[in-house]
Amino acid sequence: MKLTRRDFVKTNAIAATAAAAGVTIPGINSAYAKSDDKIRWDKAPCRFCGTGCSVLVGTKEGKIVATQGDPDAPVNKGLNCIKGYFLSKIMYGKDRLTTPLLRMTNGEYDKEGEFTPVSWDKAFDVMAEKWKVSLAKDMENNKGKAANELTSSVGMFGSGQWTVWEGYAASKLYKAGFRSNHIDPNARHCMASAVAGFVRTFGSDEPMGVYDDLEHADAFVLWGSNMAEMHPILWSRLTDRRLTGDDVKVAVLSTFKHRCYELADLALTFEPQTDLAILNYIANYIIQSGNVNKDFVSKHVNFRLGNPDIGYGLRPDHPLEVKAKNNKKRKDQIGSKEITFEEFAEFVSDYDLESTAKLTKVPAEKIKALAELYADPNRKVVSYWTMGFNQHTRGTWANNMVYNIHLLTGKISEPGNGPFSLTGQPSACGTAREVGTFSHRLPADLVVAKEPHRKFSEKVWKLPEGTLNGKVGYHAVLQNRMLKDGKLNAYWVMCNNNMQAAANMNEEGLPGYRNPDNFIVVSDPYPTVTAMAADLILPTAMWTEKEGAYGNAERRTQFWREQVSAPGEAKSDLWQMVEFSKRFKVEEVWPEEILAKMPEYRGKTLNDILYENGQVNQYPAQQVTDSDNNVYTNHEMDDFGFYIQKGLFEEYRRFGTEGPKKGHDLGEFDQYHKVRGMRWPVVNGKETLWRYREGYDPFVKAGAEVEFYGKPDGKAWAFALPYEPPAESPDSEYDLWLSTGRVLEHWHSGSMTRRVPELYRSFPDALLYMHPKDAKKRGLKRGMTAKIETRRGEITVRVETRGRNRPPEGLVFVPWFDASRLVNKLTLDATCPISKETDFKKCACKVVRSA
Amino acid sequence: MTETSQKAGAMNRRQFLSDTAKTACGVSLFGLGLGMYSQQASSLPPLAIRPPGALAEDQFASACIRCGLCVRDCPYDTLKLGRFGGDVLTGTPYFIARDVPCEMCEDIPCVKACPTGALDPELDDIDDARMGLAALIDQETCLNFQGLRCEVCYRICPLIEDAITLDLQHNQRSGSHAYFIPTVHSDACTGCGKCERACVLPEAAIKVMPRKLAKGKSAEHYRLGWEEKQKAGESLVNPDVEHQYNLPKGVQYDHGGKGLIKEKVDAVPFGGNALDTLKQHKAEL
Amino acid sequence: MTPTNMPGADRIADAGWLKAHEWLLLRRVSQLSILGLFLLGPLAGIWFVKGNLSSSLTLEFLTLTDPYVLLQSLFAGHVMQSTAITGALIVLAFYMLVGGRVYCSWVCPINIVTDAANWLRKRLDIKGQGLRFSIKTGYWIFAMTLIVASLTHSIAWELVNPVSMLYRGVLYGMGTAWLIILAIFLFDVFVSRRGWCAHLCPVGIFYGLLGSKSVLRVTAMNREQCNDCMDCFFVCPEPQVIKPALKVLTDDKNPLIQSGRCTNCARCIDVCNQNVFSFTTRFNKQDGMHLQKQKEIMP
Repeated sequence: MKLTRRDFVKTNAIAATAAAAGVTIPGINSAYAKSDDKIRWDKAPCRFCGTGCSVLVGTKEGKIVATQGDPDAPVNKGLNCIKGYFLSKIMYGKDRLTTPLLRMTNGEYDKEGEFTPVSWDKAFDVMAEKWKVSLAKDMENNKGKAANELTSSVGMFGSGQWTVWEGYAASKLYKAGFRSNHIDPNARHCMASAVAGFVRTFGSDEPMGVYDDLEHADAFVLWGSNMAEMHPILWSRLTDRRLTGDDVKVAVLSTFKHRCYELADLALTFEPQTDLAILNYIANYIIQSGNVNKDFVSKHVNFRLGNPDIGYGLRPDHPLEVKAKNNKKRKDQIGSKEITFEEFAEFVSDYDLESTAKLTKVPAEKIKALAELYADPNRKVVSYWTMGFNQHTRGTWANNMVYNIHLLTGKISEPGNGPFSLTGQPSACGTAREVGTFSHRLPADLVVAKEPHRKFSEKVWKLPEGTLNGKVGYHAVLQNRMLKDGKLNAYWVMCNNNMQAAANMNEEGLPGYRNPDNFIVVSDPYPTVTAMAADLILPTAMWTEKEGAYGNAERRTQFWREQVSAPGEAKSDLWQMVEFSKRFKVEEVWPEEILAKMPEYRGKTLNDILYENGQVNQYPAQQVTDSDNNVYTNHEMDDFGFYIQKGLFEEYRRFGTEGPKKGHDLGEFDQYHKVRGMRWPVVNGKETLWRYREGYDPFVKAGAEVEFYGKPDGKAWAFALPYEPPAESPDSEYDLWLSTGRVLEHWHSGSMTRRVPELYRSFPDALLYMHPKDAKKRGLKRGMTAKIETRRGEITVRVETRGRNRPPEGLVFVPWFDASRLVNKLTLDATCPISKETDFKKCACKVVRSA
Repeated sequence: MTETSQKAGAMNRRQFLSDTAKTACGVSLFGLGLGMYSQQASSLPPLAIRPPGALAEDQFASACIRCGLCVRDCPYDTLKLGRFGGDVLTGTPYFIARDVPCEMCEDIPCVKACPTGALDPELDDIDDARMGLAALIDQETCLNFQGLRCEVCYRICPLIEDAITLDLQHNQRSGSHAYFIPTVHSDACTGCGKCERACVLPEAAIKVMPRKLAKGKSAEHYRLGWEEKQKAGESLVNPDVEHQYNLPKGVQYDHGGKGLIKEKVDAVPFGGNALDTLKQHKAEL
Repeated sequence: MTPTNMPGADRIADAGWLKAHEWLLLRRVSQLSILGLFLLGPLAGIWFVKGNLSSSLTLEFLTLTDPYVLLQSLFAGHVMQSTAITGALIVLAFYMLVGGRVYCSWVCPINIVTDAANWLRKRLDIKGQGLRFSIKTGYWIFAMTLIVASLTHSIAWELVNPVSMLYRGVLYGMGTAWLIILAIFLFDVFVSRRGWCAHLCPVGIFYGLLGSKSVLRVTAMNREQCNDCMDCFFVCPEPQVIKPALKVLTDDKNPLIQSGRCTNCARCIDVCNQNVFSFTTRFNKQDGMHLQKQKEIMP
């Protein structure tokens, strides 16, 4: 039955009134259902950034035909950004991969061959053969070695866009199955510095606050975050607070003017890298002005002097690395010694206003005004940061140093006060961090280097003692280098586009992938630049083509059901990993001395040990339904015969509830399908808003008020750390800073958003944003094609001297979403030596007219 | 008619007169038709935008000789020539912003190419071009008016923050989000059409139109006080002398600004003087 | 029409087909290569010349403007900037030298259309002139284009001018302009022999006026050799211009074809088996009988 217009208006009016009054009117649901008959609506988190907006997905005849912002989701309350608005189109690009493609010549695999469609069987056959060669070599090399000396030549590059269980299954496959820690997520490029910073200062990863801080703070400070474009819905909330709150201030720090500046009461454009000095000046100012929260500091803070001169994460033979003092061993890089508050005060006193203003090229009064915001005891302050802080050769330090400010003033772990790292990926927190798909991590804040952590994991995973590799694996940047050096030979890239995303692709990434010693597998829904560089491409189900879970930046875990089938033979990452594990007998991957400890595993496949282990497969196949009794397909359940997502999640959950690191508890699987996400730790069904604060956090000892329980004594560490120069600065030849970044219209490498015609039209190609004077000096005009060169490569891009980003003289900015203008041919793969996260924001380039 | 008609006889004179009349009639009809067609064709369709520097439409029709040199020198293939039978005056240059907008070249090659001055050679700063005016004409479909974070038109604007700004408003419905309303300013908008091109809707909610179509006009008889004050840099009438008020204790009043200001009282369970405190204790005893 | 009584049959028989079509072929080459030069840009990206016949830019420095368009623009009330005026003066000077209607026969693309129409008209054996127009009609139309321009403040004629329309159509996109071209073709085939170019087209009128005192002329210098075969009258698009020169009808017995309506197409030179016609300047009024030894001006 069709509703007449009058009926519709009337129904809507009643519904609106009823909603305002908080009552449900019978008949409204049915009237609505009739007006949109045959569309089934179900909830899912947005596929894009770490904000975690919830959407309702409308499915009709096996296709997603519409989405809408979920009005009942607290994060976005029915709103979306322009990427989220086009979610229903991202899966329907015309060039979806629908069959495995193997490089072949004359019917045989050939590294230099042409991509040819093959069956999944053939794909896995070739793949398993390559893996087995590597694994046999590894077993030979590892004979008689201790757990923390094991090496491996198989690796994986995963994702903060994996669903929680996909990340968990991958971690298990590599760490437990292949005994390789060479698994790292692309989140390494994104928030590894935040991870290292949180762990180093608080002993536990992830923010203490939640998005509700947005409605409670009196001041916001953005450190290297273009929230206006990268976290649009959070920016909407921040803007609203600025508009409606009494005397709310917004301070923005960046190396170039961007859209956040329009709201800024205080905008600081500083010389790249000198944010470190500003951070120390603020700490100094707080101390000098007598605004230290002495009570808080004495009860909850220890002071440490961090080792300086820790290098730049470059190859060891790089002159900068040869010169550096504390970069040879990891313990030197992260090393620190205890100092007193007075010593800390003495340390930061070097950063006075005059010298800081000179170094940063920011007017002194602006720096002072910023310090006053933090120092004012009557002002609640939240610090937000994203890639400006994290993609930084001193990224971990920068994180540590912003905590210093919050710790000195006690402005932390309470509504409206705290440091908060925003994430760029939908499950950077939920999957990469919480599941621990990093080369050094295990689930729930455990690490591979610690024997007790390995032992606990082996117990949960029912592995023979000593199975887990104790040596930290190759991180993202190292993986590309080891591929090039031929030390990593069987490599699986899943759910990311790292050829486009990783720095220095000319010197490291591409030679690594095309090294004849290596076999590269790329799983992706679309033929990306990375897929092009691979030897085998596996077609992958995306987003709601599978059941999934993401964890957003405020620790909110959100689930969704499979809505539609993937096209052709595309399969989920989870399916791919489980099927692949069936190809390995345990004898092919584990040495005899391990097997001897659990002889019952002899003859079994990795699938038997990792997935059909009596835990993961304990939930039998069932019908997946929602509260309206709509039935949903679950392809993995159909294929494997058990509810694998639930099994994986429930096993994973034990790391939080039983593990040695407290405060990582998650709720029950079924509950997540009912709620619009829950923020962990979830204890007895109750979520936690502000961590470490008594009353809010159930893990804080009674009477402690605040307890940073990640640290043994419950005290956070404030680090005395200096300003140190960047790895590469402009000189007479390469005379400009090059910074890279993103735009609102496109998400990361653009593999999804550039396939949406409307988004493509709204911002088609990457531009070279530069100051008009810099352009003029080089004979360039707006719209001309310019060549950008660094020591590593060159690309041509059209010049933009106007528009959304306005770099100061001496700096240029190029977004990296554009597969036709690969800016990472130019960037330097220098990293924060502690977090191993690349600094994509600083290298030296020159710009000339393109012939 | 033939040359022989020159041999005038009585018959031939009549013939001559009649032929002349016919010719005059025919040619007049031709002239009338041409004139009417020209008048009708000169009403430019609302979505066809003239190149930068184009003279006003009535002058343009007399100045443009339809040579297409501006089209040739446009590096972005923005400009097209009107075709016979189309909506735009045959042979004259125009562009449809939704198809290919003007990229606002700094050196304005189209104007330089024009041999006749139909595109004003005085235009040397592209920011001074007034090709048309963008107007956000459909608030019902514009995503920004629904609270979504689109603003694609604003971010693509070459004169962002001058030609289009965002008007920030509280979103009453969500309670915790803001509206980012793109607002076009006619004193800066060149009518390049990048905004219309970029609009993600199936039919653009922001459109560039001829300025006379898109622009209203304020009346002379009313002035906006705050704007006049800003222009003058001070009050047009001398500022007030200081006001004084009868107020209870702890209360202030700000005449021009905040109005009532209550002093913050420290939260303690005791009154302002010792006697009050004693009274309080007495009551409790 | 059998080959033997086709105009120029004798010439073909004696001098060969090529010789009998020499000037015609040169004109076609001229018409097409000018169009070709314009087309090189959009088709091959070689921007030797940009624009169209209304105004063009050659080798990025030489601007040429159609003086007729400039005149219309002036009547419409616009005084063009110097670039266009200079360009028009160059064009003006050129045609005043070589003959205004050289434009019609050597440049104008419609010429090919109307020549084709005339050819078809002969093939269909349509006899006679058809609808007759006085040349005055053309002058009236010409005057009317200027009147309408001044009344409407618009270069109105260019809205429908088939000459510029065909060029613009080929170079920038045709729209429905081909309808007008087709109309002229059919008009010339069925309604009026050489009706458009010879009688109505105001562009031709303008250039005819321009060329009334031009230097380059066709002369019937060897008119005494004329054997009255009438082939020149058959092929001439403006046959009335031949008679005064050929038949010694002018007062000064001048053998020059003096009418501005002559297009200098040289078809008469092509078809005349008696070598009556040749190109010369307007200052050479000699009768050619005693100059037989003087070499003909040959292409």
